[in-house]
Amino acid sequence: MSNSDRTDLCVEPLGDRALVVRLGDCKAPADPQMMADTAELLRIVGPEWMEDAVSAYDTVTIVYDPVKVLASMSEAERSLRLPYEQTIAQVESLLHREHKHAAGRPRLIDIPVCYGGAYGPDLQEAAERAELSVQSFVELHASPEYTVAMIGFMPGFPYLTGLPRELSQPRKASPRSRVPAGSVGIAGGQTGIYPFSSPGGWQLIGRTPMELFRSAEEEPSLLRAGDRIRFVPIGKQQMEAWGDR
Amino acid sequence: MSLTVMKPGFYTTIQDLGRPGWRRDGIPLGGAMDRYALRTANLLVGNEEGAAGLELTLVGPTLTVERDMLLAICGAHMSPHMDGEELPMWRPLWAAAGSRITFGAALAGCRAYIAVAGGIHAAAVLGSRSTDVRAGIGGVDGRPLQAGDTLPCGERDSAGGARAAWQRLWRAELAARAGAQPRGRNGFAAPGWFAPPLAYGGGAADGIELRAMPGSEFGRLSAAARRAFFTERYNVAPASDRMGVRLAGPPLELSDSTELLSHGVVPGTVQLPSGGMPIVLAADCQTTGGYPKIAHVITADLPLLAQARPGAAITFRSVTLAEAQRIEIAFERDMRQLAAGICCRMP
Repeated sequence: MSNSDRTDLCVEPLGDRALVVRLGDCKAPADPQMMADTAELLRIVGPEWMEDAVSAYDTVTIVYDPVKVLASMSEAERSLRLPYEQTIAQVESLLHREHKHAAGRPRLIDIPVCYGGAYGPDLQEAAERAELSVQSFVELHASPEYTVAMIGFMPGFPYLTGLPRELSQPRKASPRSRVPAGSVGIAGGQTGIYPFSSPGGWQLIGRTPMELFRSAEEEPSLLRAGDRIRFVPIGKQQMEAWGDR
Repeated sequence: MSLTVMKPGFYTTIQDLGRPGWRRDGIPLGGAMDRYALRTANLLVGNEEGAAGLELTLVGPTLTVERDMLLAICGAHMSPHMDGEELPMWRPLWAAAGSRITFGAALAGCRAYIAVAGGIHAAAVLGSRSTDVRAGIGGVDGRPLQAGDTLPCGERDSAGGARAAWQRLWRAELAARAGAQPRGRNGFAAPGWFAPPLAYGGGAADGIELRAMPGSEFGRLSAAARRAFFTERYNVAPASDRMGVRLAGPPLELSDSTELLSHGVVPGTVQLPSGGMPIVLAADCQTTGGYPKIAHVITADLPLLAQARPGAAITFRSVTLAEAQRIEIAFERDMRQLAAGICCRMP
């Protein structure tokens, strides 16, 4: 997408203090990387009225404070525009001015996963459904580079795109009341990792010993939208020994 | 200085105004459900509006005041009492060391707030003391209060300058008034003036009216559902919590059920899952969602949503974005006036 397209915004309000931005043609395919870069750019510039910027798939959602936006407007502007419209104008000019500083290459992060057994109770069934051997299912799951399309559902939970089509799985008919932290699951055409124990309906195929969310860190979520990740199969012994390192 | 929890009540948590700026990491805004009540309670004890206080839900706790302190109770009426006497709400309140504050069930509304001069000193996590039970962070170990918890609070965080002077004046004045009362009835004192409560519970019989602007997918509702949403009455379902207020009523039908890619959602967003029963997202809502967004409750009415308890009747009234932003700006102007008005009150 060319730079001029970048500032061609398609915006709709999300209530009275947030808006959802799509870049370029609204029908353009999702580009989570570009959305993540845009959100990051807005955060770095950090206008005072901006409370948050969060990217997901093909959108950036901006939470703003209409009172602070109003305070930044002249008397004349106030009679012409709503804080919502002023915010759009500000975002447009920021992106137009700053697009050349867009973030660099995405990070590539390896996530160790112990597949199957007690860590991946649904692996066997998932492989059967996919008409694959367990081994090929795991190899396929661990082969692509995935993109974090968004962090959502709970703190640090990555929604990953890039799942090989043949690995798609339906959600479980009745969700588990407790999915252990670190569980790697598949739902529809997406794969993801549970940072906390929680109820959940994804098919569980393995578990990572990595901590995805650490509230004491400056960057609490291990992963960010736009990151690339790879799953690296590890054995049960490595999984159990992980904490000792 | 501290408060000791004798009985925790139904669901009592430490809340401030939440942790904005962390949605990228999937962390909800959180904070008080009724921000008006918490902000007002803080102003009434000379705090910054965003100091941490207690959020009480449906049934309040029993607390022991370990040292003389200035506090304020705002929000739903849960019959606060000390030594058999009812405590006045929506005003500063001086409480003597050793006194015990009890609460009952909410008479109307759902949530009440207690602010203490100097705030409650839970450790800040990612810039906020708010309890986020799902992430297990903030407040006391990321959980609701339990009997035996000790909540350090008071002077340490007191604002300097005018606010601190204001606090000292009222503390001394109310302590003197309490001391002048007969023994056994000198545990507390409060001035006659008070901050304006919101009209919680709406017009009682009619339930709560929430002003809402149509959302991006409002047009996907069937014609009948579009009419129904802004005319029918909904009831708050028991499964409601700080993440979302679930509504029961006439199911709403979508004429277009194309799946959406998830994107950001905020408190006030009204989602419509496939069952046709709307959910109004609240303070602890997830940061992203993919259900159709049929409406957004305006920010100024979120305190009313916070006071909608299971069974409460809710209706929606349609407003435009322009109206919603004008109301929000007027609401914040009123808050500034309230703050200035309280600061000017001298004993």
